[in-house]
Amino acid sequence: MTAFTMNGRAIDVVAEPDTPLLWVIREHLKLTGTKFGCGIAQCGACTVHVDGEPTRSCQTFLQDVAGREVTTIEGLSGDSSHPLQKAWIAEQVPQCGYCQSGQIMQAAALLATTPNPTREQIIDHMDGNICRCGTYVRIISAIQRAASEG
Amino acid sequence: MTLTQRPQSRALSRRSFLVTTGSLGIAVAFGSLPDLTYGATPATAAAGDFRPNAWITIAANGTVSIIAPAVEMGQGIMTTLPLLVAEELDADWNRVRVVQAPSDAETYGNPGFYGIQLTGGSESTRGYNGLLRLAGAQTRLILMAGAASLLNVPAGELTTEPHRVVHPSSDRGLDYGEIAARVVLPDPLPQATEADLKPRDKWRYVGSRSIQRVDVPSKVNGAAVYGIDVQLADMLYGAVLRAPVQDERPETIDDAAARNVPGVTHIVPLSYGVGIIGETVEATRRAKDLLNVTWSTTSRVRNYTSQRLLDEYRAVGRDLGQQGVAAHTDGDAEAAIAGAATVIEVDYMSDHVAHATMEPMNATALVTGDSIEIWAPTQGPTGTQGFAAAVIGTTPDKVKVNTTLLGGGFGRKAEADFIIDAVSLAKAVEGRPVKVIWSREDDIRHDKFRPLETQHVKVGLDAEGNIVGWRHRIVADSIFARTLPPVFAEAGGHDDVVTEGAKFNYSVPAHQIEYLRQDNGLAIGFWFAVGVGYTRFAIECVVDEIAAARGMDPVALRLELLRDQPRAQKVVETVARMAEWDRARDGRGLGIAYSDAFGSHCAQVAEVSLNRETGEIRVHKVWCAIDPGVAIQPLHIEAMMIAGITGGTGHALFEQINVVDGEVQEANFDTYRVIRMSEAPEIEVAVVPTPGSPFGGIGQAGLPPTGPAIANAVARLTGGVRLRHYPFLPDRVKAALNS
Repeated sequence: MTAFTMNGRAIDVVAEPDTPLLWVIREHLKLTGTKFGCGIAQCGACTVHVDGEPTRSCQTFLQDVAGREVTTIEGLSGDSSHPLQKAWIAEQVPQCGYCQSGQIMQAAALLATTPNPTREQIIDHMDGNICRCGTYVRIISAIQRAASEG
Repeated sequence: MTLTQRPQSRALSRRSFLVTTGSLGIAVAFGSLPDLTYGATPATAAAGDFRPNAWITIAANGTVSIIAPAVEMGQGIMTTLPLLVAEELDADWNRVRVVQAPSDAETYGNPGFYGIQLTGGSESTRGYNGLLRLAGAQTRLILMAGAASLLNVPAGELTTEPHRVVHPSSDRGLDYGEIAARVVLPDPLPQATEADLKPRDKWRYVGSRSIQRVDVPSKVNGAAVYGIDVQLADMLYGAVLRAPVQDERPETIDDAAARNVPGVTHIVPLSYGVGIIGETVEATRRAKDLLNVTWSTTSRVRNYTSQRLLDEYRAVGRDLGQQGVAAHTDGDAEAAIAGAATVIEVDYMSDHVAHATMEPMNATALVTGDSIEIWAPTQGPTGTQGFAAAVIGTTPDKVKVNTTLLGGGFGRKAEADFIIDAVSLAKAVEGRPVKVIWSREDDIRHDKFRPLETQHVKVGLDAEGNIVGWRHRIVADSIFARTLPPVFAEAGGHDDVVTEGAKFNYSVPAHQIEYLRQDNGLAIGFWFAVGVGYTRFAIECVVDEIAAARGMDPVALRLELLRDQPRAQKVVETVARMAEWDRARDGRGLGIAYSDAFGSHCAQVAEVSLNRETGEIRVHKVWCAIDPGVAIQPLHIEAMMIAGITGGTGHALFEQINVVDGEVQEANFDTYRVIRMSEAPEIEVAVVPTPGSPFGGIGQAGLPPTGPAIANAVARLTGGVRLRHYPFLPDRVKAALNS
């Protein structure tokens, strides 16, 4: 049994300690907003926050988060009110949308430390997150919008 | 995909769904997953809901539910088609909810696409718009007839405003919900004809920049349900170990270690691999790695080495003595070229590319007796029914498909291999659903790639530089021979999707297109813009080669070749103006390309720079002018152009699958390179519809011009160095610079 905090709630999970956090979140806890994309930390679709740090949950294991705080897209805000979520709708960013939870979680970590990032800082921070629909230019616009309207 | 055979009888029979008797008004249950609905007002269909036809249900509270018959994979169709219904119904879009269609081709098949449920080819808006607009108009007439009886006035004195029938002379009106709750359907029901459709200048929603996509809110908070997200009671998980080379079979299976993994419940030998079923996804993945299988070594795909085949294909294309199947013949191009003053004869080619949809292949199936229920991110519910039925020896009508959102499709999810996995494993544990999730490595290694292909293009110019003949030979394996054998046979061995886009709207006096099929066994498939993605690469680059030979500006040459085509000229002129075509840039080059594929006109200009040391191309910006005929959702059309340009840049620069002795060399995003944010160009789009035009396709229209615009820009930047092989890998660029 592994105890940690998930979206503000203390929980215990019964699974092998080396189970990827991704599958714990998605299939044990049924929080399916966090996506499986590659399994090797190359695409960013599985990005969550662990103690506030953007983290690829496919290459993080249950044992790694014992006693720590995990936040997923479902815990970013209760009502889609995070400035990034509002900006994502205003800019109509998602197409297929599958990567967007990871994109938003990655971007949220940037704005938490850098409230007014430059375009270069945005690209540098977001470059590990693949969007196969090619929504990158709207992601940049949405992050800029969230930073200015935040 | 573009299918040439469009059985019109199917299209006509669709009209019967605008029912003629007033016997309906029944409750409907939509699918098994309540989450598969989108829109402002959550509500469930209840007994007594007003259902004037198969497309529309009106609840007593006024909520209008509209069926989305095409699948949503990012192309926005879940909004587009219901919006057309709402427009003609004169519904308040804020009181509409959208419901994904159940698997029922008889009712919801695409009239313009064989009458089946298969979303692809940028065919949805073009195929469905007539029927859906009539369904909306008919429902409006029914509501007006109902209101006439409730208000006791002649129907001719009534009109509508959003979600209300109004009687202006008595200043009375009724909300659609009120009418739906009280009305007895007239018998026979009023029928709508094209004369009942709104004049285009009365459209409220079509063309509005304020219409947002209905699925987007669910895609920013984790609520959206993709196939991989399906959760069912008593659900088990499945994984399949596949053969390293296509068409090999397991010969011996040592599953001792796999069986010992806690949580693994079944090992299921399959004809093409070995399935594992377990209580957790991680158990099935662990067990898969522990299987020890020896495979047959008889597949002819073992002879498949892509770079060697590419050389062979190119030789076939060049050998004009080898006769191809005629794909298009207008005049005697060869004779015209024989008498030409100048002949341009070149080869263009491309490697295989993978889909790598962000959501890997997956499906969930439940087998109960001779019935199957499937939850899947499929582009083809109708095909899914057929392939699933065959697995357990039942009939397609016993297969219910719940189509989820798709985390990308690009043609890959029109295939059935992931469906067959789920049904095959579910069959082994009847009564319990099984969710099969592919690894990314399997997703790429066992993809159905875009065809490996070469094109031999031979163009003759007269002494003034006018084109006298254009011959285009396309050498590739066939997609339809595998996926639609009857269509392939009926076309006499021509593959319309592999040669898609080779036929163009440039004015040339003689034009000949040939297809030379190369059957080498590797399954190839549909991709983003399929054939158009490479045929327009060749065509648009050759147009620039002609311009260079004539010493003519590429924009001016296109305008000349597109004379008498105002829509085409408009997008070329617009994009040239946007990009300030005539302004020289220090160290950067501009290139243009144009496409009329999918019923839309699209022109793009790319601005590039080149690192001559490394051979790396940088695409700084792409301008795009698009005339989709009718711009239903301009904001979203911009998004589709962004998708095509960004993906088009990535596939032109990076994407490459290598097959060696039948084994795919790439496996994940570390080896299969796709475009990332730092490599994406800035993009500026102008949506320039033409009043009175037919509805064009949008999903794939943005990709074809991007690659040739980049290649043309490189040529103009380098004094004529041509890149003729996708992708433009640095080594290839350096080789071209040094040749």
